[in-house]
Amino acid sequence: METYQHKTSAKLFWCIALISIVYLFPHNAFAQTPDLFKMQDEQDKKDAKEKTDITTSIFKSTRLINGQTIENTGRGILDLRISHRFGFVNTGSYNFFGLDQATMRLGLDYGITDRLEVGIGRSTYNKEFDGFFKYRILRQSTGKVNMPISISIAASGVWRSLKDTVTAFPINYSDHFSFSSQLIFARKFNDYFSLQLVPTMVHYNIVPTKAVKNDLYSMGVGFRQRLSKRVNLTGEYYYQITQLGGYTNSASVGFDIETGGHVFQLFFTNSTGINESSFITQTQGLWGNGGIRFGFNISRVFSVVKPKNLAKTNY
Amino acid sequence: MKKTTLLLFFAGLSFGLHAQKIFSTTTGQIRFNASSPLEQVIGINNQVDSKMVDKTGQVVFSALIKSFKFDNQLMEDHFNENYLESSKFPKAEFRGFIINIGTVNFAKDGKYPANFSGTLTIHNVSQKVSTAGEITIANGAPSVNGAFKVKLADYGITGSYIGGKIASEAEVTVNCKYQ
Repeated sequence: METYQHKTSAKLFWCIALISIVYLFPHNAFAQTPDLFKMQDEQDKKDAKEKTDITTSIFKSTRLINGQTIENTGRGILDLRISHRFGFVNTGSYNFFGLDQATMRLGLDYGITDRLEVGIGRSTYNKEFDGFFKYRILRQSTGKVNMPISISIAASGVWRSLKDTVTAFPINYSDHFSFSSQLIFARKFNDYFSLQLVPTMVHYNIVPTKAVKNDLYSMGVGFRQRLSKRVNLTGEYYYQITQLGGYTNSASVGFDIETGGHVFQLFFTNSTGINESSFITQTQGLWGNGGIRFGFNISRVFSVVKPKNLAKTNY
Repeated sequence: MKKTTLLLFFAGLSFGLHAQKIFSTTTGQIRFNASSPLEQVIGINNQVDSKMVDKTGQVVFSALIKSFKFDNQLMEDHFNENYLESSKFPKAEFRGFIINIGTVNFAKDGKYPANFSGTLTIHNVSQKVSTAGEITIANGAPSVNGAFKVKLADYGITGSYIGGKIASEAEVTVNCKYQ
C-alpha cells in the first residue's frame, strides 16, 4: 500500500512538472521558433533547381547587320529603325570612298507579344517595300527547363516597286514579289559569345532564266563577341547553296555599340539591299577588291503599351 | 493519468506553435529608382517573396533580378547584363528583424513605425543596413513599407554611366501586403 501511494505521487509529480514546463517556460522555447533565414536558404536552393531562367540578350539587337537575329522587340514596343549604307569604298577619293552615295531602309518594327514581332520597311534599293514577322519557337533557358538553344522562325515578303525595263515577255504584277523564310538557331555560350545559324529559303516569283530555280537556298551564320560592357564585335555571312547567278555571298563585319537608350551598329558589308531577299541573293560587292560599303543602323524604341505590372503598380 | 498528461502536453505544445504566426506574400513590390536628372531609371518588381514572424519580427524579402520591369526594354537588358549580372546572381535579398516589433499590436488596426535592421544582399555582396519604415494593420492583415538608400558601388555594381546618367545611389522602396 505504502509503495503504491509512493508510485502515484511520483506520477503526479512528473505530470505536474511536465505541464508546468510546457506552460511556464516561454512558448518559443518549446514550439521551435520558425527561422525565416533557414527557410529562405531552402527556398533559394529549391528555386535554383525548380525555376526556369530564360537566357536574355543572346544578341544585342533584332538585326545583326543586315539579317535578323534571334532577338525580338519586347511586347508593346515600337522600334523605328534606320539602316543606312554608303557607297562602295573602292569608288575612290572622287566619291569620298563611298560616303557621297547612300542607300537606306526605313523600318518600323512592333512586338505584339514577347514571342511575336512584325515589321514593315521601305528600301531605296529597287524601291522595295517589305513586311515580315518573326516568332520565337523555343527559348534558351537553364534551371528546371534546360534548353540549350533558342529557335525562331522569320518570314518576309518583298514588293519591288521599281519600274520594269522593257522585256520581250509580259511581266505580271505578281512577278514583283519575292519571299524569304528563315529558321534561326541561336545559342549564347556565355556572356561573351553567341552564335546563330540561319537556314534560309528565298522564293522569287520570277527569275532571270529557266536555268535558275525559283526557290533559292542558303545558310547564314552570325556571331557576337563581347569586347567590353558596351562594345560587341559582330559578323554575318550567308552562303548561297543555289544562286540567282552573277551574285556573291553576303559578308559583313561590324560593331554593336550600346548607348543609354539604343544600340548603334557600325559595320562594313558587301551588300546593297537591306531586306532578306535582296541582301542574301543579290549581293554584288567583292571584299577582295574593296567592293564594300560602310554602314550603320540606328534603332530608337518607343513603349506603346506599358508592361502589365508597371501599369498596375501603386507608385 | 499518462494519457491525460500527454493530452495536456500536446495542448500546451500546439498553443505554443500558434503563438507565432508567419505572414507571407509572393506579390510584394520593390521599386528600384536610380534616376538622374538626365534619365529616368526605374524598375519595378511585383513578384517579391516576403515572410515575417509577428512575435520575433524576423523578416525576409527576396526578389528575382529578372523580374524587375523597366519602361525601356534595353534599359532592362542593361540592368540585368551589365550592372546586376542576373545570370550569375539571380536574386537580391534582405534578411533581418523589425527590432521594435514589440510595439506593434497585430490585433488592432492602425499604423505603427517599424525599424528594420539586417543584411541586404545585392549582386552577391552583403551589407548591414537599417532603416525606418512602417507596418500597417488593416483588418488584421499587416503590410510593411520601407525604403533603403543603396550606394551602387558598395555592392560592386560598376559602370561608366553610374554617377552620370544613372544615380550613384539608388532608392529601393519596399511595399509588401501579407496574407
